[in-house]
Amino acid sequence: MANFFADNEDIQFLFDHFNLATLADGTEEGYRFAKEFDFAPADAAEAKDNYRRILNVVGEIAGDVVAPTAEETDKVGNVLNPDGSVTYAPGIKESLKRLSQADMMGFTLPYRFGGLNCPNLVYTIANEMISRGDASLMNIFGLQGIAETINAFASEEIKQAYLPRMSSGEWTGAMVLTEPDAGSDLQAVKTSGHDTASEAPAAVWQDAEGNWFVRGVKRFITNGCGEVLLVLARSEPEISDGRGLSLFLVERGPWVKVRRLENKLGIHGSPTCELFFNDAPAKLIGERQRGLITYVMSLMNGARIGIAAQSLGIGEAAWRVARDYASSRKQFGTAIENFPAMRELLVEMNLDLHAARTVNYWASFHVDQEFSALKLLEAGVADKEREKALKTASRKYKRMNTLFTPIAKYYASEMCMRVSMDAIATLGGSGYMKDYPVERHLRDSRITTIYEGTSQLQVIAAVRGVVSGTAESYLEDLAAGNWPEWAVPLVEQLNAGRALLSEAIAFTKAQGGTEYMDLHGRKLVDIAIALLVGFWFCKQGLAKAAKQVVARRWLITRMPEIRKLHSMIMSGDRSAIADFETLAAPVPAGE
Amino acid sequence: MGYNCVVLIKQVPDTKRVTGEAMNPDGTVNRAALPAIFNPEDLYAVELALEIRDRFGGGKVTVITMGPPAACEALRQALYRGADEVVLVTDRRAAASDTLATSYILSCAVRKCGQVDVVLCGRQAIDGDTAQVGPQLAEKLNLPQVTYVEQLQDIKDGVVRIRRNVGNGYEIVEGRLPMLLTVLDTAGHPRPAAARRLMKYKKARAKLELEAAVTAEMPNATAEGKATEVARRLADLQNRGLIIHQWNLDDIKADLQWCGRDGSPTKVHRIQSVILTGKGHKGILPTDEGVAELVTELIEDHTIS
Repeated sequence: MANFFADNEDIQFLFDHFNLATLADGTEEGYRFAKEFDFAPADAAEAKDNYRRILNVVGEIAGDVVAPTAEETDKVGNVLNPDGSVTYAPGIKESLKRLSQADMMGFTLPYRFGGLNCPNLVYTIANEMISRGDASLMNIFGLQGIAETINAFASEEIKQAYLPRMSSGEWTGAMVLTEPDAGSDLQAVKTSGHDTASEAPAAVWQDAEGNWFVRGVKRFITNGCGEVLLVLARSEPEISDGRGLSLFLVERGPWVKVRRLENKLGIHGSPTCELFFNDAPAKLIGERQRGLITYVMSLMNGARIGIAAQSLGIGEAAWRVARDYASSRKQFGTAIENFPAMRELLVEMNLDLHAARTVNYWASFHVDQEFSALKLLEAGVADKEREKALKTASRKYKRMNTLFTPIAKYYASEMCMRVSMDAIATLGGSGYMKDYPVERHLRDSRITTIYEGTSQLQVIAAVRGVVSGTAESYLEDLAAGNWPEWAVPLVEQLNAGRALLSEAIAFTKAQGGTEYMDLHGRKLVDIAIALLVGFWFCKQGLAKAAKQVVARRWLITRMPEIRKLHSMIMSGDRSAIADFETLAAPVPAGE
Repeated sequence: MGYNCVVLIKQVPDTKRVTGEAMNPDGTVNRAALPAIFNPEDLYAVELALEIRDRFGGGKVTVITMGPPAACEALRQALYRGADEVVLVTDRRAAASDTLATSYILSCAVRKCGQVDVVLCGRQAIDGDTAQVGPQLAEKLNLPQVTYVEQLQDIKDGVVRIRRNVGNGYEIVEGRLPMLLTVLDTAGHPRPAAARRLMKYKKARAKLELEAAVTAEMPNATAEGKATEVARRLADLQNRGLIIHQWNLDDIKADLQWCGRDGSPTKVHRIQSVILTGKGHKGILPTDEGVAELVTELIEDHTIS
């Protein structure tokens, strides 16, 4: 009778801390759905009550159904059958069945397509709990962004045909983007037209009637065995960059073959497929040429928040094993949690986890705010002043999201690697053994900093929001207002940190070009994150005394870190680039 | 077509979360100190009824509980999972009923449901562990019964094939409907609450609950004013399909001499409050000798034989 919602004090606290009512105002569009659907909420309080109940059910499934099967799923993985179909691990199959029965496969879809119309933040919390149960299940449960993309950009006809069966859980989807030569660089998705060589990357072609077909190979496709495949392919052979790519929907059928399941380090329950499309009939999603630059970018932003949530789940799972072990494991006549070094290790793990959760929930919250503003604008606003305000708000949130989404993905994924590593450190030799789940958490954690954009790519995206002033003005807003006495010395330190950040930004800009910025990008982003989290912890301290202690501790360790990063940036050092051949040494001679 | 199922469920104190205050000084269970939950095996009975409905062409699943208005929460849980109708049997005259009186009252309630093909109960409740109500109910309804059901394999032409647990194995039995089944927690895992049903049926109420809410919200209203408000809310819920039916002993035409204290021959001889205390632990060596020693010890103290 485990419940990963009810047993998580931090999630419970944040659920109340975030203003879910304002999000409901947006997603429920003035609560107009209550007339049409007898289960839709009539006001904000009811919506929030629904969110709590929904998460409670997800927490129960994650604790009672998902978590107990994670170990077996990790061992047995999925099976590729000779006919090119894939059989999920039993635990994954059972979990998906339960989640479908609970109506959880259309979390954010509109009611009219069988969805729950939840804000992204609520879905993020659900993703975290599922991942705590089994990180690899999240790779399927967390793919609901595919249905969201169809809902946002496809024709009504396509929506009607696919979304109800996706929200019921009958069908799952896959985002089919990467190719052997196009991973981080999706613009390199191949240009060739109708190519019959089966090794060629997937390309689309049109017959005389204008019907689209996909042919060729896609690689590293999570849940490529799903029924609804969103395929990125070049529809404009004459345009070689991202503007030549469009997004297509291919339904599973004899024309799609899973040729291979990858043998991975972790997330064994997630089927990573190599697909061959044999002139598969395809439907264009939205407009041509917007495939990558609009639709996939939108899909990817949602997926990044999802991976951040997955990271939180892995971190939480590893942390719990470590915390429990440290209190029960006795050495030298006492529990190992009583040793100062262990205390510091455990404190750092927990703060890291709480910081990442705060960052990701704020990132999700701002995504919801942007969507809310856009939705209200779409519905039409009579009042000119209000319309103007909404437009300003949507632009502001869009700008913020280009900063917060990559920050959340970067910080949370790096966090879960650190926490899983330290969890093994806490368990010592036992942690290195397969007898405990922490080695699985470490293996599962390793992918999170890679897929949906590596940490390095997240930093490249985030640092632009840092140097552009978005981070500084957000921090300025956070600092404003009257702080209670306990917080004043903390806010003073944070303000000193803000000054250091501004100085480092000015110095970086003065170097001209983007090379210096990209060289020191991670440091700039790390300073911004340390300050953001510091302020957020202080805000949380206004509602919960324990968070004041957390905020104080955060600054004890992060302020020196900020000063270190600041001085490195201010040094003007470019040796990693300038002296690369010496410092990295030449490529070792081959045999 | 399809088969009509009636499931009898019970709200029980969560005996797995026993704390220091779980027992009264007189040795009875302090229900207030323990969270009330859906009796675990009853959830499996509900699941089996829903499976019968889903697999064999429809029919109606009615869930009935006997208890105070607080038991409505268990009925709402049944609605979240898919029950079509729920009924609270509640009456002060039913208080202190033992298993015999309870099964009599429930038999009257089942009779009121009209044509019923399958009556289902959990094997036993975790507060009393008697496993008596199901079999007694079958006798009172004059129905054949199959206890310890693990799996319903098929229903064909009114004949049901069932796998039942017999302790050290299982047997497959067949019988003709109507029939009563008591279900084990090794049967099909209960489905979770469905979110959209949850959002809808969280508002389902029984009349007694509405009366309590109106009294709390309108403390200064006249009795007549309160009654009018209750009637208004009741009609509103009726329109929206959110009614928890509420029956008293008269509604189900129960003979009072078989109900409550009068209908309960059980006399409690003595209640023993057994307090198990941990006395440290014992290390067992992971060797053949260590295990053999442990087994010998367990045989000697009659834990195993």
